[in-house]
Amino acid sequence: MTSCILSRHTLHPVHLTLNQQVRSGHAHPRLLLTDFLRHELGATGTHVGCEHGACGACTVRVDGVASRACLMLAVQVDGRQVDTVEGLGSNGALNDLQAAFKKHFALQCGFCTAGILMSCADWLEQLDMPNAAPPDEASVRAMLSGHICRCTGYTPIVQAVLDVAHARRAISQTPRGSHA
Amino acid sequence: MKPAAFDYLRVDSSDEAVHALAKHGEDARILAGGQSLMAILNMRLAQPSLLIDISRSRELANIKLEKFALHIGAAATQAKVETRPDLATEVPLLALAFPYISHFQIRNRGTVAGSIAHADPSAELPLCLLALEGELVLRKPRSRRVVKAVDFFTGMLLTARLADELLEEVRFPISVPGTGYGFKEFAMRHGDYAVCAVAAIVHAKGLRIAVGGVADRPTAINLPLLAGSALEDALNELAWSLDAKDEPQASALLRRQLVRTLGLQAVAQATAAYNPQKRQAA
Repeated sequence: MTSCILSRHTLHPVHLTLNQQVRSGHAHPRLLLTDFLRHELGATGTHVGCEHGACGACTVRVDGVASRACLMLAVQVDGRQVDTVEGLGSNGALNDLQAAFKKHFALQCGFCTAGILMSCADWLEQLDMPNAAPPDEASVRAMLSGHICRCTGYTPIVQAVLDVAHARRAISQTPRGSHA
Repeated sequence: MKPAAFDYLRVDSSDEAVHALAKHGEDARILAGGQSLMAILNMRLAQPSLLIDISRSRELANIKLEKFALHIGAAATQAKVETRPDLATEVPLLALAFPYISHFQIRNRGTVAGSIAHADPSAELPLCLLALEGELVLRKPRSRRVVKAVDFFTGMLLTARLADELLEEVRFPISVPGTGYGFKEFAMRHGDYAVCAVAAIVHAKGLRIAVGGVADRPTAINLPLLAGSALEDALNELAWSLDAKDEPQASALLRRQLVRTLGLQAVAQATAAYNPQKRQAA
């Protein structure tokens, strides 16, 4: 690939897969991924908090990996896969993680929730890796340390994540064909 | 806030990166993981005219286990190094330090070399590189130079890297079997920058202690194997030598006390892990 400089004065096309849909928009080089998602693509589920990577509200998944959208440029996700909170549920129904948050009252104002859900989604999938350590409260809290929530006190979030982790492990460890 | 306007260039190779740096020099910045640089740009503490993005370069993301050191390319993420299955035997100090480094969402994109090039005096990776007496490779289009960690960190966010040089690779020495390592840190919240962090290494010839978060750069000293009041005296002397500053986050008094306390804890951890028999067996 011959690299060429993208000028600050020009809008550049950005093609990506957002929540499994092919999308495209235009961005100046300095446009943050957060603002591109919200204002160019209309995906306002991703929230903007501190804009320096500390609060975690803007966390999305880039090629599956939980990342701060405020510390990435829109032009950097060209050709990549981005997943946001809008992609978690399907047909208007909550997924198991969202349902657990609802059950445990793991959100109140909801500002931080979209980012927390995306970190949890990445973290929960890593538990399925071979040799992954079994989930416990300390590891959930370490994962959540990258997020600031001022409503819940975190405890219900920890409970919701552990619920899902245990439920998913139970399903994956049930022998095939067993109805137990 | 939003960053000031800049041009953007994505490069796939070390060659392209150094040629772009040679052409644009001080007006350009290398963008690797962006976990320090993007925050600085958003706050407009820096306003480069060109970003040279190396984050998708496979060549620069290379990690090689060589005979004496783990060579980590400029674009290799912290998560890639942290999840090496044998990191605890290759570079045990890094395995001890990683849990203290920010949060997993940041380590997913943040690079090892980027943190070292940024040279925050409170950051763990510069501290580990100095503690282990590691090296760095600085590259221009037609030359490379290898710099020792102790010569690289020259002050608060300052390094020996010239404006047209790329920090191409960092080299963490591989552990000699039996060597004991300790790492202790105090921060206001888990994952925050260290108010004080101490790395300790116990080996056959003595003790090496490195401190971050107190002076304007990570600092290391070599000592004979000490214990009890002799060790406490040495740590006290080290604490006073670092010229700790009073800041809103932590007083100089607290920082000196942390050097003494965390120093004892890190040395105890390293001493417990030290095993000279293992060295002879290897």
